[in-house]
Amino acid sequence: MTRDTLILAFRFVLLVLIQTLVLNHIYFFGFINPNLYLLFIFLYPIETKRSNFLIVSFLFGFCIDIFSNTGGVNAAATVATAYFSLPILNLILNKQDTDFKLFKLNNEPVIRIVTYVTILTFLHHFILFGLEYFNLKEIGTILFKTFTSGLFTIVLIVLSILLTRKNKFMNQ
Amino acid sequence: MQQIAYFIEKYKYFLLFLLLEIIAIGFTIQSHSYHKSQFFNSANAISGGLLEKSTSIFEYGVLKKDNQRLAEENARLRSLVSSDSLHSENIDSLSIENKYISAKVIQNSYTKRNNILTLNKGRLDGVAIDMGIVNNTGIIGVVNKVSNNYATVLSVLNSNSKINARLKKNNYFGTLTWNGQNYRYSQLLDIQRQADIRIGDTIVSGGKSILFPDNTPIGIIRSFDATNKSYDNIEVELFMDMSNIGYVYAIQNIDKEEILELQKND
Repeated sequence: MTRDTLILAFRFVLLVLIQTLVLNHIYFFGFINPNLYLLFIFLYPIETKRSNFLIVSFLFGFCIDIFSNTGGVNAAATVATAYFSLPILNLILNKQDTDFKLFKLNNEPVIRIVTYVTILTFLHHFILFGLEYFNLKEIGTILFKTFTSGLFTIVLIVLSILLTRKNKFMNQ
Repeated sequence: MQQIAYFIEKYKYFLLFLLLEIIAIGFTIQSHSYHKSQFFNSANAISGGLLEKSTSIFEYGVLKKDNQRLAEENARLRSLVSSDSLHSENIDSLSIENKYISAKVIQNSYTKRNNILTLNKGRLDGVAIDMGIVNNTGIIGVVNKVSNNYATVLSVLNSNSKINARLKKNNYFGTLTWNGQNYRYSQLLDIQRQADIRIGDTIVSGGKSILFPDNTPIGIIRSFDATNKSYDNIEVELFMDMSNIGYVYAIQNIDKEEILELQKND
């Protein structure tokens, strides 16, 4: 338990720093800013007690907000992603009583990982840009940014999940 | 009573989710209101320090451009100040209106709807709330929060910043805002219909503002629609490239207190 908590804390700090100090300076094509920090939500161990998960993801998003001067936009988007991650996972795995203690996203087939990451990332980005613009007239810009930034985020996250896969040859 | 307890028990995660969302949206709305500004921003010791460290690494990439900009500015200043007065001692100190404090931008997010910059100078260096920020090419923004060693700046690319601007050739005033589309272009509002504007006209800061010296360059009009009653969609191409700002100056208007005092007495 303590080991898991330590890994979690380490991942928390590392991802905040990578996102705010490195990735926030990077713009593909001048405007696409990937949000790798969502990896934290995807790698969070799934428990039946979800209150910790919600609170930790709120704090995580809020740390990103402090560094990038965005008020509470990232916090809101991250909490929503955390809240909807379990129902969406159930939907994709197509069963109600998954053994979550043993579940690891890494061990799932690639197509499931991609579906899961895609749905949640687009949800996250839509809330993120929706709150940032906060104007129905800008819905075109919001959808455009959600799609373009989301695509880059998904590619980055899927790659990082696949690259950190343990004994990947056994799964094939 | 039991009903309520049952309800809370059943929907506790949803309620917690709602509570956290409300807090987050509260912070967001608070950050949108100018001056009543947020408690939490990057002008604190921890995030400011880390951002400064990381900028000093990325800085090497833009050194060449920064040097070139400095050299250009030096050349311009030299041509303004003739060589005689450069060496003479008797510059009248009373005629100096503005003091400039140089600072480095350590956080910039020009693609966001509401761009806020973080500077590596704060209260201890003389930076104060409501100081104008410029670089040699033009207006950058206005300081909206300071801590001891860092400050945040509401940039021109922010829905809350409304900068008083005028046409250089005559004195028609307008307000400069940003619609969030392209960081190279800003929009000029409230220009009187009788003003004669043309594509290619230069926009400078208006003298009404005490934040910026009169005639600080802003940009060039690139397109506009004229109807019988008003001008619409005046697009101004900004002189400064907001995606690439290294060093900036904070303007300390020495007469500001006096001007504000006078205006209050009216």
